[in-house]
Amino acid sequence: MGILLTIAHRLAILAYVVFALFPLYWLLKVSVTPNDLLYSEGVRMWPSHATLAHYRYVIENSAFPIFFRNSLIVAGSTALAVTLISSLSGYALSRFVFRGKYAVVALMLITQMFPLVMLVAPIFKMLSPLGLTNSLTGLVIVYTAFNVPFATFLMQSFFDGIPRDLEDAAMIDGASRFTAFRQIILPLTLPGIAATLGFVFTAAWSELLFALMLISGNDSATFPVGLLTFVSKFSVDFGQMMAAGVMALVPACLFFLLIQRYLVQGLTAGAVKG
Amino acid sequence: MASIEMRDIVKTYGDHPVLHGVDLSIEDGEFIVLVGPSGCGKSTLLRMIAGLESISSGTMSIDGREVNDLKPKDRDIAMVFQSYALYPHMTVADNMSYSLRLRRTPKEKIAAAVAAASAKLGLDPYLGRRPKALSGGQRQRVAMGRAIVRQPKAFLFDEPLSNLDARLREQMRAEIKRMHAEFGATSVYVTHDQIEAMTLASRIVAMNAGEVQQIGAPLELYDRPANLFVAGFIGSPGMNMLEGSIVSETGTSLVRLMNGTTISLGQRVDMPEGTSVTLGIRPEHVTIRPPAGGVAATVELVEPTGLGIILHLTVHGLPFKIFSSDRALLTPGASLTVGFPPERLHLFGPDGRRVHLETLSGDALSS
Amino acid sequence: MTLSATGRRPRKPFARRLADAAEPWLYTAPVLVLIIAVMLVPLVLGLSYAFRDIQLLNPFSGGFVGLDHFRELSQDTAFYRALRNTLWWTGASVFLQFFFGLILALLLDKPFAGRGLAQALVFLPWAVPTFLAGLNWAWMFNPVIGPLPHWMVSLGILSAPNNILADPQLAMWGPIIANVWWGIPFFAITLLAALQAIPRDLYEAAAIDGANPIQRFTSITLPFLAPTIAITVLLRTVWIANFADLIIVMTNGGPADRTQIVASYIFTQAFKRLDFGYASAIALVLLVLLLAYSMVIVVIRQRLIEKD
Repeated sequence: MGILLTIAHRLAILAYVVFALFPLYWLLKVSVTPNDLLYSEGVRMWPSHATLAHYRYVIENSAFPIFFRNSLIVAGSTALAVTLISSLSGYALSRFVFRGKYAVVALMLITQMFPLVMLVAPIFKMLSPLGLTNSLTGLVIVYTAFNVPFATFLMQSFFDGIPRDLEDAAMIDGASRFTAFRQIILPLTLPGIAATLGFVFTAAWSELLFALMLISGNDSATFPVGLLTFVSKFSVDFGQMMAAGVMALVPACLFFLLIQRYLVQGLTAGAVKG
Repeated sequence: MASIEMRDIVKTYGDHPVLHGVDLSIEDGEFIVLVGPSGCGKSTLLRMIAGLESISSGTMSIDGREVNDLKPKDRDIAMVFQSYALYPHMTVADNMSYSLRLRRTPKEKIAAAVAAASAKLGLDPYLGRRPKALSGGQRQRVAMGRAIVRQPKAFLFDEPLSNLDARLREQMRAEIKRMHAEFGATSVYVTHDQIEAMTLASRIVAMNAGEVQQIGAPLELYDRPANLFVAGFIGSPGMNMLEGSIVSETGTSLVRLMNGTTISLGQRVDMPEGTSVTLGIRPEHVTIRPPAGGVAATVELVEPTGLGIILHLTVHGLPFKIFSSDRALLTPGASLTVGFPPERLHLFGPDGRRVHLETLSGDALSS
Repeated sequence: MTLSATGRRPRKPFARRLADAAEPWLYTAPVLVLIIAVMLVPLVLGLSYAFRDIQLLNPFSGGFVGLDHFRELSQDTAFYRALRNTLWWTGASVFLQFFFGLILALLLDKPFAGRGLAQALVFLPWAVPTFLAGLNWAWMFNPVIGPLPHWMVSLGILSAPNNILADPQLAMWGPIIANVWWGIPFFAITLLAALQAIPRDLYEAAAIDGANPIQRFTSITLPFLAPTIAITVLLRTVWIANFADLIIVMTNGGPADRTQIVASYIFTQAFKRLDFGYASAIALVLLVLLLAYSMVIVVIRQRLIEKD
């Protein structure tokens, strides 16, 4: 009975793992399958010989390196900006009792509730006279604003875990509150900062709708926009598309590994508050 | 080193008052212990001295300078926290030198100050370690070290020993006392432990419900508690409190207890017949089998403490306790007579305040 | 310093009071400025567009048209279909994500060798960018390079290895399956955190009292999870109703509008037709519907709590 249950439990876990990984495995498989084998070998689990030719082609002959660079710039800048800003606001929500705090929290909760797709048109209208459409800066500003409320709640939950006595002690030792924040509290929140960086980077790296709307032309296209344009134009070069897909997957997976340990804590904070 | 002066200090959270006007003058070099049950406002008062809590009204001055609006960093005081509040990402040496580094003290001076403090506290082997790698007692020492390297105007202690086990607590208590004797630094120490208060303080401030109940030397609070609260709070096992009313006889007054027993006060008191009063006597002051007089009592429970025994007795149904170093073989159910020597009695009036009488405890002893 | 002699001083100096009051606002100012400028102002602007004629390519547009957009919307059969599709898309996605997420959380709640690794692997889809998840599943359903149509034929689900994304009857299942794949980890992580917060001694006490595993699940686990379930389902429902990425990537609303949901319809109106006024009108209707949904849920929850 006990053994059977244990076997059933492991099999169920295995089924989940296979379901989670198989599509990604397939992506990888097609990306290394030579074109001449793609159709003849159909649903084989691994091609009879593998090639990196698709990757070489994508890197040398397409605009994907530019898309990749653009996405890195946008996602990296957004992650840095959001983490900086939300560590300040998260600290304020964690440590200060002030009139209007409830209103600030409510405002941030509301932004988590309404459909962002509503903002596509007005944001386009607002950014275009400022010359911020078709610009990476425009995307960074928009993404930063979208991610800051969740990141604030996330950082708040990390600050809540750090005893107040520490900054009291620092202030008595001669630090101003801001110095205590920088020298004592922030270093202790490094895991939280890493988690926030990871969450926001992944979110910005993945964003599609606003990038599609705000960006036209290859020069400032991000990876999602570039890939989607590529797909709709050359929808038969499956090997190349999937090679590009694997490239888009790599940074997201790296950041996932970075934040994996904090997922449970982070998403709980988000689920309860946001 | 400095004096601290508090005038009518009030603290309210919203509409909720926690301190109702505290007046306290602390002289240079004094060791003041704020003692009271949890929630009495003692920690709040300490944090107000530190500048960690704002002052709702009243004035606080350190060394003659008003500090109401001064940030903690500008008050030049050091504090030892109950949690120790050591910076987890810094080594012991860095923890101790943080305040000096913030003040941009020259490196050689910092090194000398840390070395001196560490030698004094026996921390030399641990200077390179992080707090996580230290035992509770060692962390406590680092917290002390962090306070003394600065040579601040005053030391504040917020229940610094309550996270230690009993043995270590006793050891550190003595060490704190020794250090105070050596440096003579003005210190304010918060605790709920009346033994710490008695052993450390040059003066105790007993607090309850946001008000100062009594300020005085430890033995003064012990011998002449100003009211029922202080009488009950100081001393362990606690003072016996017996409610009754005044009965006058020729030449002397008696207190008639609820159960009809009368106890002589040994003199006449100037109180109307029938005034309700509370009679107090410490367990160690009740005499067992007095040569004359005495009241019949029954032993309910015997608690040996090693040092002596605590007897739980009833006198005609009224419970009270006796402490005796005599390990007389008393078993539950035994009968004996007990005496209440008048010079050991404390009398509290209907308002709960002490009634000062020539022959009563403390008043007589001190004169 | 002369004041100190007078004892009680009810007020601090004005400058200090101002500095104290301003401190929290200095820390929150960047966030507030960003949210107001990039989210609230556009929101209000968007609400006003719903009553104006805003077409990006028409320089003469911009006039106030009152309720014209809403009148047009009430005649728009594509909108009604999108509304029905939204219900189907949201309901099926949330239910399946929750169901499989709960099972996964329960499986991961008991310790076993390799749990850390298994957890990292099953949560991995959540890190995959949504556009890539959409493309990847579109390729999986493609009979030319994907295995799924062939497998479904072998299992007797399909009669011929066709792309279900091109089949009007089945197309919606494509994005739903991709969404379930992508969204299971979210529910699993949230529920796992809630499961791990249940005090273990409760289970021991129940076991000593003679409760069997099923009784323990219904009398301890479920009541403890209920608040988390309620709030995550509410939030995810709203979120998924607005989640157009997968549909835009996989089917672009087709074939024949069979997979068009309201959110993707708004995007299509704004992005393809550049008709911002009409898009904003639809967005306003969606907002009202979602608010109504949230209110109903909150009221029901309140009723249930009062009953207890």
